[in-house]
Amino acid sequence: MADAAMFEVVKPGLATTVQDLGRPGYYHLGLPISGAMDRFALIAANRLVGNPDGAAGLEAVFLGPVLKFSADAVVAVTGATMPPKLDGAEQPLWTAFQIFAGQELSFGYLKAGARAYIAIAGGVDVPEVHGSRSTYALGGLGGFEGRALQSGDQVKIGAPTGPSKLGVTIPEDVRRAAPASGTLLRAMPGLYWHRITEESQGSFFEDTWTVAPEADRIGYRFKGGRALDFVPRKPPFGAGSDPSNIVDSCYPYGSIQVPGGTEPIVLHRDAVSGGGYFMVGTVISADMDLIGQLQPHQPVRFESIDMEGALAARREERARLDRLGEFIGA
Amino acid sequence: MKTRYSFGGDEHIFVEVDEEMSLEAFFKSLSMTTAVRNAKIDGITEICPANASFQVKFDPDVIAPDVLMERLKTFEVAAENAEKTIDTRIIEMPVLYNDPWTHETLMRFRERHQDPDGTDLEYAARINGYDSVEKFIEAHSGAPWFVSMVGFVAGLPFTYQLVERARQIEVPKYLRPRTDTPKQTVGYGGCFGCVYSVRGAGGYQMFGITPMPIFDPKGERSYLKDLFLFRPGDIIRFKPIDRETYDATLAEVEAGRYEPKIASVQFSLDAFNADPEGNNAKLLEALDG
Repeated sequence: MADAAMFEVVKPGLATTVQDLGRPGYYHLGLPISGAMDRFALIAANRLVGNPDGAAGLEAVFLGPVLKFSADAVVAVTGATMPPKLDGAEQPLWTAFQIFAGQELSFGYLKAGARAYIAIAGGVDVPEVHGSRSTYALGGLGGFEGRALQSGDQVKIGAPTGPSKLGVTIPEDVRRAAPASGTLLRAMPGLYWHRITEESQGSFFEDTWTVAPEADRIGYRFKGGRALDFVPRKPPFGAGSDPSNIVDSCYPYGSIQVPGGTEPIVLHRDAVSGGGYFMVGTVISADMDLIGQLQPHQPVRFESIDMEGALAARREERARLDRLGEFIGA
Repeated sequence: MKTRYSFGGDEHIFVEVDEEMSLEAFFKSLSMTTAVRNAKIDGITEICPANASFQVKFDPDVIAPDVLMERLKTFEVAAENAEKTIDTRIIEMPVLYNDPWTHETLMRFRERHQDPDGTDLEYAARINGYDSVEKFIEAHSGAPWFVSMVGFVAGLPFTYQLVERARQIEVPKYLRPRTDTPKQTVGYGGCFGCVYSVRGAGGYQMFGITPMPIFDPKGERSYLKDLFLFRPGDIIRFKPIDRETYDATLAEVEAGRYEPKIASVQFSLDAFNADPEGNNAKLLEALDG
C-alpha cells in the first residue's frame, strides 16, 4: 500500500474550508450545524466522483485555491462558475475529471455565484468531530485543524468507495442556476414580526436590498431598504432599551434579525445560535442554498410566503435532487 | 406570563414563554423542553432552551408543521403545573476581576462605551447604585447564577443571578460591539451575565476573566471530553481570586491537571422564592462541604 493520498495547499484561496452536510444536534450548546452553504452543489459534486452525499469536500468562496495532488484522483467542481484548471488547462464544471499525481488544480476568476464545491473521490479525510468533518472556524472546531486552509497544509484524501462518473457532466437544467440580479428570497413572516409597524411590514417586502460586504458563513447582511419602524413598547425586563432588543432567545437558521431596524441579517450554516435582536421572520429551507451563492452588492428582494408555499418549495427542491438522481444515480 | 408560538420558517417552531425574563419563565421553558424531549416525537431534530423561550427544529417531511405545533401546545399546561424542582450541579468558576487583559481590551474600545472615562466595572457599579467596585464585585460573586441558556457561540453560558428582581444587576451593552474580547471573559449585558467561551466579537461589559476553560474544540481536557462544560440548568458560583491564584490555576490548566469544583444539588424554585438567601447558602455549602 502506497503512502496515503493527499494534496498540498499551494495557495489557499480566500477562505477555503472542509465541509460536509453538517453537524446537527448541538445547536442547544451553541454549536451550529455548519456544512456546505450550498448543499445541492456539494451533493452533486460528491455523486459525480462516486462519494456518498455526505462526504467531505472543499468549499471555496470568491477565489479558488491552488492544490497539488500527490496521487491520482477523480475530482468534480460544482456550484459557483469558477472554472477549474489542471496544470493551467481549463476543465468543465459539474463534470468528473481525472487528476494525475503531481498535477496542480487551480481556478479561473469567479464569473457567477459565490461558492465552488470541490469533491474528490474518497472525500477529504480529516477527523470527524461529533459526527461531521465540517469546519466551524469561529469555534476552531472540525475541518482541517479547525480553520480555513493555509499554504503548505498537507490534506489527506480517503479511499474511494464507489465508482466515479468520470467524464460525465450534469446538464444545465439539472443544476441550480446562479442567483440573478433581483433574486427573490422567500421568507415566512413570524417570530417578532409584530414588533414593527404595518407600514414597515410592507416596506420590508417591497424594498430592494443589496448584499453587504459583511456576508459570510455565519450570516448574510443586507442594506439599502427603508429602516423599520417599531411599535412603541415599555422594554420588558431583561430585553434592553433599544426597540430592536429582546430577551436573548434562540435564532432559527435562516432567521432574519434587524439590529436597530436598519440592516437585515440572515443567519446561515455557521449561525450564532442565539442573542438579543428581534427577528422579522425566516427564509425558507428551500432558499438557503441560494443565499450561499449570493455575491456582495447583489440586489435581492424578500418575498412573503406562507407555510403551504414553503412546503411546496421544499418539494420542488426534492424534485431537483430526484432529477439529479435520475441522471447520475443516488 | 403569556406564551406565544410562531413558525421560524418550515423547519423551526419558536416558543416565547414570556416577553420578560424571570426565573418563573426560565423554569417553564425548561419544563416544556424537558417534556418535549421525553416525548421523543418523531421528526424533532433539535430542542434548544433559552432564557425565557425555546426553539424546536423539525423535519416537515416527517411530521406536519401544524400537527407538531398543536402537539407542543399540549405541553404548556403540564409545564405550568410541574414541580419546579430540578436535580442539577453547582460549578465553581474562579474569576480574576479587574484583570489586566480585559482592562487592556476595554481601553482599546473605549470610544464604543457609554462611559469613556471609566472602566466597565466602575460604570456598572455606579449605575447599579454601588458606591465602590469592591461592593459591586461582592454582589456579583455573592449569590449564585443559573445557566439560563447556552449559545451565541459554542459553549457560551448566559447566566441569571439567583436574587430578587430588585437586586438584579442591569447594564446596557456597549454602544457599538467590540471586534475583540479575550477568551474566558466574564461579561454582562441587559440582566444577563455570560462567559465568552472563545475569543471574538462581543458587546457585553467586561468584569474579569476566568483561568478555567469551558470549551475545548479538540475534546482533550479531562472534563471537556464532550467539548462543552455548561448545560442549561447548571448553577455557577463566581469565586473572586487574586493574581497569584490566577497564575497558579492557569499553570494547572496548562499542565492538564485542572479539575473544576462541581457538586450535585437540587434546586426548588418555591424553596428559593420562600427564602432566597437561605437557599443560596445551602447551594454554596454543597461546594464548600
